Amino acid sequence: MRIPLLAALFLTVPAVAACTQNTNGGTGPELGGGAITVTSTNDVCEVSATEAPAGKLTFTVTNGGSEVTEFYLLGEDGRIVGEVENIGPNLTRELVVNAAAGKYVTTCKPGMSGKGIQADFTVTPSDVAVATSSSQDQLIHAAEEHYGGYVQEQSDRLLAKTGKFVSAYKAGDDAAARTLYADARTHWERIETVAESFGDLDPKLDAREADLEPGQKWTGWHRIEKDLWPARAERYAALSTKQRAVYADDLLANTRTLDGRIGKLEFTVDQIANGSRGLLEEVAKAKVTGEEEYWSRTDLWDFQANVDGARVGVEGVEPILQEKDPALAKTLSARFAELQKLLDAQRVGNGFRYYDELSPDQVKRLAGAVNALSEPLSRLTAAVLS
Amino acid sequence: MLGRATEDAAASPAAALTYPFRGDHQAGIVTPAQERLHFAAFDVTTKSRGRLVALLKAWTDAAERMTRGLSAGEIGPVEGAVNLPPDDTGEAIGLPAGGLTITFGFGPGLFRDAHGKDRFGLADRQPEALRELPHFPGDNLDPARSGGDLCVQACAEDPQVAVHAIRNLARIGFGTVAVRWSQLGFGRTSTTSTDQSTPRNLFGFKDGTANLKAQETAALDSHVWVGTGDDARAGWLAGGSYLVARRINMTIEVWDRQPLGDQEGFIGRTKGTGAPLSGGDEFTEPDFHLPGADGPVISRDSHVSAVHPAHNDGVRMLRRGYNFVDGTDALGGLNAGLFFLAYLRDPRTHFIPVQLRMARIDALMEYLKVTGSALFAVPPGVRPGEYVGQSLLG
Repeated sequence: MRIPLLAALFLTVPAVAACTQNTNGGTGPELGGGAITVTSTNDVCEVSATEAPAGKLTFTVTNGGSEVTEFYLLGEDGRIVGEVENIGPNLTRELVVNAAAGKYVTTCKPGMSGKGIQADFTVTPSDVAVATSSSQDQLIHAAEEHYGGYVQEQSDRLLAKTGKFVSAYKAGDDAAARTLYADARTHWERIETVAESFGDLDPKLDAREADLEPGQKWTGWHRIEKDLWPARAERYAALSTKQRAVYADDLLANTRTLDGRIGKLEFTVDQIANGSRGLLEEVAKAKVTGEEEYWSRTDLWDFQANVDGARVGVEGVEPILQEKDPALAKTLSARFAELQKLLDAQRVGNGFRYYDELSPDQVKRLAGAVNALSEPLSRLTAAVLS
Repeated sequence: MLGRATEDAAASPAAALTYPFRGDHQAGIVTPAQERLHFAAFDVTTKSRGRLVALLKAWTDAAERMTRGLSAGEIGPVEGAVNLPPDDTGEAIGLPAGGLTITFGFGPGLFRDAHGKDRFGLADRQPEALRELPHFPGDNLDPARSGGDLCVQACAEDPQVAVHAIRNLARIGFGTVAVRWSQLGFGRTSTTSTDQSTPRNLFGFKDGTANLKAQETAALDSHVWVGTGDDARAGWLAGGSYLVARRINMTIEVWDRQPLGDQEGFIGRTKGTGAPLSGGDEFTEPDFHLPGADGPVISRDSHVSAVHPAHNDGVRMLRRGYNFVDGTDALGGLNAGLFFLAYLRDPRTHFIPVQLRMARIDALMEYLKVTGSALFAVPPGVRPGEYVGQSLLG
């Protein structure tokens, strides 16, 4: 999952798209009463039906105009029930919503400005049960509060432990610094998809040597990591006390800035669910491969922390998922447990085995468990929003 | 003699194709991209310029023969003495030429060794732009898949024909050169002719829609062929080109778990038709200014926006890459991706800035890891009576 340039999204306020799932034209619409076509041009919004029975409705929206368009299904009170954005000229997108009986308004918004072209739409009673939006809203609100609190707590602990870490490092107490390193980073890794969403801070805090552009100065965690564990480096020149202070102070200052920014964030359920998916992607790309902590080999600490954060996200939205897709909830719970069992087998004291102490077979089994969890996890956001 | 081309094969028209080996430019650049690739990079092991020249002459003869559908050696795979190994390895018996092209290039190491020492009296003719490529963010290069003093690109419609070509050329070279690395490509990812349909890469998207095509002769002169006045010390390269080879691994499993809408957002095109997200069909020019819900509808960090000539000083390259799958990695994931090959007039203007921009902003970088990299100067075409590289070594 690519996040850095999307940081602004985290600043948006509460979930508008509680009952939305927008997909592309490729998936087969569930035919029956629920399939409706919409053609949006610069001045017309042609909807193939004015009513449909309650349940799953699929609007297949084609842009016949010259500007980008959007399509909304609004409640009678103007609440957004579902929306599909960014439909380019000649393109088709789908909007799938679960709609209870009642009065609605369809809206095409060519050019994405103004009130749009609206028409009344009626959902008639049927024998399909649709959860009321108010009970959903409560679950959503609770999930958002819960996750926001978790992120803030991790950020605060990251700042506190980073302070201790840099003190030990500056004082030349390398043994203490090495112990604190992985422990402090745990709090970064638990909220990594949020922490790295600030495109200006992430490279200063978490860049690996291979990530650098020609001429870019290397700072942050991994710069200090190399200085504390230079064993794999060739002809490495240790940093002086003065240099240590520069990198340490810089790390702490940037972490403080990060903590301040995180305090201003709010999270929507789709961001929470996507964040869980993103954390497992981080595991798959950098932790299970042993690339993240190249010098210290403490990849399993990060691995566990990513999994922790992903699990908190999933647990937060689980009450919603239990209503929408209980089978997926069950699968996710079982797959988390299987992965955790493999991780637990590598525990040593308060930490883990170093990555280079794992056998190829152990690494492969961990990777297999990551894949087994990540596949169903990739369906979480759509399920929660359905 | 049991010539390959004389034997019947249930050949498709493509399999029967032959492209002339000799011409103003080497074949295998603007030639309509064939389906299969075997690419090899070599280290020169001899210190003798004479032996190097002798090899290039032998390679020229063998390559010309094989591109005509003949055996690598003059005798043939089964026509020789029974007490000698055949001068052709034989796996192409009965196969037509298959549109085989063989293209040669020279790496920086041919001119100077790692210490900058002149190896064959060629240092003063080393092109200014033929240097090791800089480190790019996202590079995780395996030295055993990077660099090389010489390269040979063999493309054909039949994989066995391409492998046969590299195998026999490597054999001819033993004692003078050693294979440093080689790469198989099983499916083209670019079109180099307007007659070809656009193939898909392993992300499942059409690739190379806006590629430079053979028919765009003026653009080829501007962006692909080295001009006579481009580099005073490397006049020998006029009519040639530079070849950038990059082995780009894709994190396939992670990519496959991205929602379709996100995948299309990363690329900036629809997965089905390949139309830009700003609308139209595959060949409609993307509109980077068309507003969407949150910035342009084609995101600034989409691949198409990152690498489009409009955002890169107008530079274009002729891409000729291939999908590869080299089995699975140690974690059970596909060891797969795109073997990127691009021909261009000058890497300093036509590749390095584009790659840096891509590394900086392209959303796709999240799913890519470059594991091999090399740069070669590709000499001009081989004219009648010449050997490949004669303009440099003759």
